[in-house]
Amino acid sequence: MAEHIVEAPAPGKILKVHAEAGKPIAAGDRICILEALKMELPIVAPAGGTVTAVHVAPGQTVEAGDPLAVIEG
Amino acid sequence: MLEREFLGILALTWQAAVMLGLGGLLIYLGIAKQVEPVLLVPIGTGIILANIPLGGLTDAGGFLAVLRTAGIDTELFPLLIFIGVGAMIDFGSLLERPYTVFLGAAAQFGIFGTFFVAYFLGEGGLRLFDFSFKDAVSIGIIGSADGPTSIYVATILRSKYAASIVVAAYSYMALVPIIQPPIMRALTTDSERRLVMPARAPKVSRRTRVLFPIVTILVVGLIAPKATPLIGTLMFGNLLRESGVLERLSQAAQNEMANIVTILLGLTVGGMMAAADFLRAETLMIYVMGVVAFAVGTAAGVLFGKVMYVASGRKVNPLIGAAGISAFPMSARVVQKVGLEANPHNHLLMHAAGANTAGQIASVVAGGAALALVPFFA
Repeated sequence: MAEHIVEAPAPGKILKVHAEAGKPIAAGDRICILEALKMELPIVAPAGGTVTAVHVAPGQTVEAGDPLAVIEG
Repeated sequence: MLEREFLGILALTWQAAVMLGLGGLLIYLGIAKQVEPVLLVPIGTGIILANIPLGGLTDAGGFLAVLRTAGIDTELFPLLIFIGVGAMIDFGSLLERPYTVFLGAAAQFGIFGTFFVAYFLGEGGLRLFDFSFKDAVSIGIIGSADGPTSIYVATILRSKYAASIVVAAYSYMALVPIIQPPIMRALTTDSERRLVMPARAPKVSRRTRVLFPIVTILVVGLIAPKATPLIGTLMFGNLLRESGVLERLSQAAQNEMANIVTILLGLTVGGMMAAADFLRAETLMIYVMGVVAFAVGTAAGVLFGKVMYVASGRKVNPLIGAAGISAFPMSARVVQKVGLEANPHNHLLMHAAGANTAGQIASVVAGGAALALVPFFA
């Protein structure tokens, strides 16, 4: 079981959260959409598994490197 | 004879009609296609106003002529715009990644490449076009992808193509998402494009952010004094932003002032495009060389990115070099898109923004350097 912590690639605002804690996720599935420099960045799962935690909600601002979600798989 | 004085349509030449069509086209592109509407709509309207026969807007004392004398011939408008631009730019992405400064510098190569081509086609070689040495320098500055710097340099050098140069510089800025990607893909391998760069960067302190604009004015000013008006206004705007105590002024510079000057600048630049000056082979050539300038700048940035890729032990994605041209934030967005295409986990946006803001400073320095060097050659 490897734990993947998905981090924000840029400072910005979370527009949408697709992932839900406790649900299964496949590699490449969308976790959330981050808006930075007026651009929408789709954040996708680096690996398949189960989402064990989602640390962000829509409207929240994040710094680069902040954890967005944790995937165990 | 009396009708000729009153009925503009009788005085309409085909050249003026073409210009009216061109003005209409720019307005159409701006509104219907949303291509840089903030610039193209005022410019398009200015072209129409200037080319209506007997309208008198560009005659001595006319509305557009007054604006031109007050704002362009004095270099005032581009400098005022720069205060707004400085207040809009967050140099944090550059300060957190100081190495991107080299990419900003490398991408300015488009300026020199284009200058040599223009000079060679003009009085420096083939004499196919009426390009003097100073015209060639002004045309080269299109490669900085920096509208205000282009206006500033072309005006100071008294280039007769100032209006075309400015319109070319601004229209290519809108075409960045079309011009850049093919060059970026051609010059990089898939594995280079896939390279993910770390999201985290060391944070810069508030003191650094406040000192940065002041130090930049001093360093750039003392090395390239001719760039002082440009770097001085840009960094003054940035100081308003970063000081933390001038929020009102920073907002005014970014919004009210930038917007008002953009309206005046757009109309005036459009108003400089009278048929007689615009409809000639040289204008077409300036547009062709504008593409060359953007392409060479992009290529130079990406190639230098490849050098850094190797030198850093594969830690720098060469794509971010393309953002070294100062079209901010367009080319940072282009880099993000091309990187994401290659690898869905690859978010290069902030790294590209670093190179992009570095490019903004580098283009000002390059403009200043060009102004300083011209007297030795011309």
